[in-house]
Amino acid sequence: MEKTIFQYSSPGRTGITLPVLDVPETAIPEEFGRKQPIGLPQVTEGQAMRHFVRLSTMNFNIEKGLYPLGSCTMKYNPRLHEYLARIERLAAVHPLSSAPSVQGTLQIMHELGESLCEITGFDAVTLQPAAGAQGEFTGVMLIKKWQIERGQGHRDEVLMPDSSHGTNPATTTLAGLKVVSVKSDEHGRVDVEDLRSKAGENTCAFMLTNPNTLGIFESNIKEITEIVHNAGGLNYMDGANMNALLGIARPGDMGFDACHLNLHKTFSTPHGGGGPGSGAVCCTETLGSFLPASTVKKTQDGYVLNNGRGRSIGRLMAFHGNVGVLYKAYAYIRTLGARGLREVSEVALINANYMKARIKEYYEVPNDDGPCMHEFVASGAEMAKKGVKTLDIAKRLLDYGFHAPTIYFPLIVKEALMIEPTETESLESIDSFIDAMIAIAGEIDEKPHLVTDAPVNTPVLRLDEVKAVKDLCLVEPVEF
Amino acid sequence: MSTYIPNGKAQRKQMLDVIGVERFEDLLSPIPESVRLKDELDLPAPVSELELVKEFKEFAAANSSADLICFRGAGAYDHFIPSAIDNILTRSEFFTAYTPYQAEVSQGTLQAIFEYQTMIARLTGCDAANACMYDGASATAEAALMAIRATKKKRVLVSGALNPRTIDVMHTYIDNGDFEINEVPFGADGLMDIEAARQLAEGGVAALVLQYPNFFGSIEDIQAAADFVHEFKGLLVVTADPIALGVIEAPGKLGADIVVGEGQPMGIAMSYGGPYVGFMATSTKLLRKMPGRIVGRTEDRAGNTGYVLTLQTREQHIRRAKATSNICSNQALMALANVIYLTLAGEDGFAGVAAQCWHKSHYLFDKLLGIDGVTKVFDAPFCREFVVNLPVSAEDAAEALEEKGYLAGLPIHGLGEGAMMLTVTEKRTREEIDGFADALGEYIKGVK
Amino acid sequence: MSSIPENVRYTETHEWVRKDGDRYLVGLTDHAQHEMGEIVMAELPEVGAEATKGDAMGGLEAVKTAEDFFSPLDGEVVAVNEELEANPSLINEEPFEGGWLFAVKASDDSQYDGLLTAEEYKIHIGE
Repeated sequence: MEKTIFQYSSPGRTGITLPVLDVPETAIPEEFGRKQPIGLPQVTEGQAMRHFVRLSTMNFNIEKGLYPLGSCTMKYNPRLHEYLARIERLAAVHPLSSAPSVQGTLQIMHELGESLCEITGFDAVTLQPAAGAQGEFTGVMLIKKWQIERGQGHRDEVLMPDSSHGTNPATTTLAGLKVVSVKSDEHGRVDVEDLRSKAGENTCAFMLTNPNTLGIFESNIKEITEIVHNAGGLNYMDGANMNALLGIARPGDMGFDACHLNLHKTFSTPHGGGGPGSGAVCCTETLGSFLPASTVKKTQDGYVLNNGRGRSIGRLMAFHGNVGVLYKAYAYIRTLGARGLREVSEVALINANYMKARIKEYYEVPNDDGPCMHEFVASGAEMAKKGVKTLDIAKRLLDYGFHAPTIYFPLIVKEALMIEPTETESLESIDSFIDAMIAIAGEIDEKPHLVTDAPVNTPVLRLDEVKAVKDLCLVEPVEF
Repeated sequence: MSTYIPNGKAQRKQMLDVIGVERFEDLLSPIPESVRLKDELDLPAPVSELELVKEFKEFAAANSSADLICFRGAGAYDHFIPSAIDNILTRSEFFTAYTPYQAEVSQGTLQAIFEYQTMIARLTGCDAANACMYDGASATAEAALMAIRATKKKRVLVSGALNPRTIDVMHTYIDNGDFEINEVPFGADGLMDIEAARQLAEGGVAALVLQYPNFFGSIEDIQAAADFVHEFKGLLVVTADPIALGVIEAPGKLGADIVVGEGQPMGIAMSYGGPYVGFMATSTKLLRKMPGRIVGRTEDRAGNTGYVLTLQTREQHIRRAKATSNICSNQALMALANVIYLTLAGEDGFAGVAAQCWHKSHYLFDKLLGIDGVTKVFDAPFCREFVVNLPVSAEDAAEALEEKGYLAGLPIHGLGEGAMMLTVTEKRTREEIDGFADALGEYIKGVK
Repeated sequence: MSSIPENVRYTETHEWVRKDGDRYLVGLTDHAQHEMGEIVMAELPEVGAEATKGDAMGGLEAVKTAEDFFSPLDGEVVAVNEELEANPSLINEEPFEGGWLFAVKASDDSQYDGLLTAEEYKIHIGE
C-alpha cells in the first residue's frame, strides 16, 4: 500500500521552480480571484518521484508478463517509438501552425493514412478519432450522412450481432439511431437468415467485428455484406480484431464500406493504462466526402490540411487527432513493411490456435468448429457448476504472474474467457501460461479455495466492488 | 523473422503440429478464397531502426514551426513541462498497461486516477471528477449530452464566445436525434450577452455552456450565468482553462453544475494537437449521469485500502445502448501527466504559473496598445489570452512574423480583418515579448 | 430455487404485484434479485407520475448490471418505497416485503387478473 500524495504534503514544499517574474505585475481584480487555496499537494520532486514510482510497481504491464486480454491485442510496444514520438521538433509544434511549417508531421500523417488505406483496402482515411469508440461513431455518422444525402434519412436502424462490443450499441445511440440485434448461429457466426429478415428499408448500417468477438472469421462475409447492400444499407467493420488479418484479407474486399483501426491494438502503440489510443477510420471514396476535418492532402506545394467544411460530418476533437500516437503507428508500419505485417497476423493466428488446442483439453471451448483467428473464447461454465467462477480463475491467474484474459465477454458465451496471446509472445511464455491454466483446472477439482481466495500474491487481495459502489469515495476529502 | 516476433520457423512448426495442421495456410480455411489477399500489400519497404531514426530526424527538420517563439493559444498552449513527468510516463508499468480491469494488479494506475480525480475536483470546485475524456472539446460535448439526460430537455444554449472548434465538436455530437444547439451572441465587452440568453431560454433548456475564461480570454460572470440558467431549470456547463483556475475562482464554487476543460496546459506537449486529455467534474447529485470511467476507493478482503473502477453500470460494456456514452479507451496516460504536473507544481507553483501568465499577457497587451493603430477589442478583464485589432491584416502580419521567428497570435476573422488573439505563457521572457512587440510594430509601420 | 409466493401476481419482466387496499404494491421477484446480485441503487418514479402498463418506471443498479423495472398496470404512482434510498439491498433481503418498489392506483382493476400466476411465472423462469 502507498499513501496518497496528499498525505506527503507539507506547506511550502514545491516540485518546480519558476523564473523570476521579469515584467511588471498587473493586479488581479479581487472579484475574480480564488477565495481559497486549491488543495494541491505540496511536495518536492523527489517525494513526487518516489510516490509515483511506488505506484508504478503495483501495476502489471506488458514488459512484466503475458497479457492475454482478448480483443485488446496486448502486444509488445517497441521502445523506439517512445523515442521517436518525443523528438522535440515533432512533439513541440502548435496545432494551429501554418501548414508549411509542419511539413514533417503532415508527411507522416499522410503516409500513415496511405498505408492504412492499403492495409484495409479503402480509398480515404481520417486520423482524427481518439479511440476505437470515436472511430465507430465517425463511421456510423459517415453512413448516416450518406443515407441522408441520398434521400434515405428515414433509415434509423443499425444492425449488429448479439455478440458485438458494448461500444457498438452505445455508438448507435449517440448517433441518434436504433439498435437492431441480429442473432448468432450455433457456431457463433452471424445468423444469415436472421440478418436477412431484419435488413430492410429502415436499415442504415450493419456493424460487424470480423473476425468476430468469438475470434471466428465470418465465412459468409460476402453474403452478409451483400444482404445489407441489397437492403440499401452500408457495412461498417469494427476493426478491433484486425491483428488477425494484416496482409491476409482486407475489409474493403469483403464488402465493407468503412472500418476503424485501433492503432493501440493492431499497430502496437501503447495502451497507457487506458489510453490514449487512436481510432483511424478508413472508408470508400463515396464516404470519403464526409470525413471529419484534418485530412491531409499532398499537393505540388507540399502537404496541406483540410479544414473539414462542406459535406463533412464535422469535427470530433478540437484538433487533428492523437498525433503523438500516429507517429508510433507510422514507425511500426515502416519497421515491418508488408511482409512483416503479414507475419504478425500469421504468428498471431498460430499462437492463438496453439493455445486453443492445448487449453481445450481442460476448458470447454464452445463454437469450436475449426481454426480460430487471433483469439478464442473458452467457457468456465463447467467450473462454475463446481462453485468456481470465471472471475475466480481470472484472479488466480494473477497469482501465477499473468494478466487475466477478458472475462464475461462476449455475452453469448457463459462464463466467458476470451484469450488473445498476440504474436509477440514466445512459445515458452505461451506454454507457461497454458501450464498455469492447467494447474488452475487441477486446483478447481482438488483445492478450490486456492482459486476462490485468489489473488494472494498481488499488492492487494481481492477488492470489494460492492463496497466501492455503496460507500462511494471518489476523491480524497479536503482537509482545510 | 521480424524484430518483435520470437517464434521462428522451428517453433511455428512445433506449434502447427500440436494444432494438427500441416501448414499455416490451413488455419486460413474459414476465410473464403474470394476475400483472401492474392498479392503482398503495397507498402514502403521496411527499414531498420537506424534508418528510421534518420528518417524521423528529417521529418523533424521539416517542422520549422518548432523554432518559432509561440504567442498562439486558442486551445493549445506552450507551457513549461517539468522533465520528471516524462520520466514517469515512460515507465512501462504505466505506459504499457491496459485499462485497469484487474484491479488487484492495477493499483498504480487506479490510485493515480483517484488522485487525479481529487485534484480535478478541487481545481474546478466540484464534488467529483471522472477518469478523463478524449479532449476538452469532446468533454464539453459530452457534458452537454449529460445535461440533456439529467434534465430531459432537448435544447442547449452555447455562448458564441466558445472556441469555435468546441462548438463544431458539439454539433457533431449533439445534432443527432432531436437535440438542438442555440448559439448566444456575445456583447461588445466580449462576454456572453445574458439578456439574449434569457430570450433564447424561453421554453426551457437543458444547459447553458460557457467558456471560462472564454475563447477571447475574457472572464465570464459564472455566478450570474448559473443563477440565470437555474431559473430555467437547466444546468450550467463550464469549459474552463485549468491554468487560469490557479488565479481565478473555481466555477464549481460559483454555481456551475458540470465543469470540463482541456488538460493539455498541465504538463502535456502540444504535439500538433494530441494526445491531449479532457477533464470532467460535477456534483454528487449528477454523478450517475456522468460518462467515462470513475475510480473509487474500497477495501480488499483483509481490510486494506485499494482502488477499483466503479459505477460501471453507466458504461457501454454493461449498459450498451443505454450507456451514458460510448467512450471506452480514454486518454489515461495524459491524465497521469496532469496529476504529476499538479503534484510537482503544487499549491504555490501552480498559482505561480497562473500569475506569470496573467502578468505577462497583460504586459504584452499594454505593449501592443502602445503601437500606433493597435486597439483593444474587448473591455472585460482577461487572463493569459486577449484580442487586439491591428491596423493591418492579421493574417498577413502572422505570416510576416513567422519569417521573423514568431508564431504570432491567431487571426480571428469573425472580429475583423485586423483581429488577432494572442497568448502569453510563463515561458515567455520579457525579452521575447519586447522583441515580438517590436517586430509587430515594425511590420505595421512598414505596411502603413 | 427461488421463492415464488402464491399470494401475488407476476409479470414476464420479473415484477410482482400485490393488492394492498385500494392500491397495488409492485416489487422485484426473488428470482430477478438473485440474478442481479446485490442492488446498490434504486431509481424510483415520482409520486403522482402516470403509470402505463409495460413502461419503464425506474431502474435498479447492481455492481455489474443495471435493469429497468416496468409498470404492470395502468394507473398512477401513489407511493414509492423511500427506505430503498438508504438501503437498496432490502430488495435482495426481503424482495416481497420491505423491498417493494412503488405502489400504483390502477385505473382498471381487471388488469391485475390478467397477470401471471405463481404457477405461470414458475414456468416462465424455467423452474
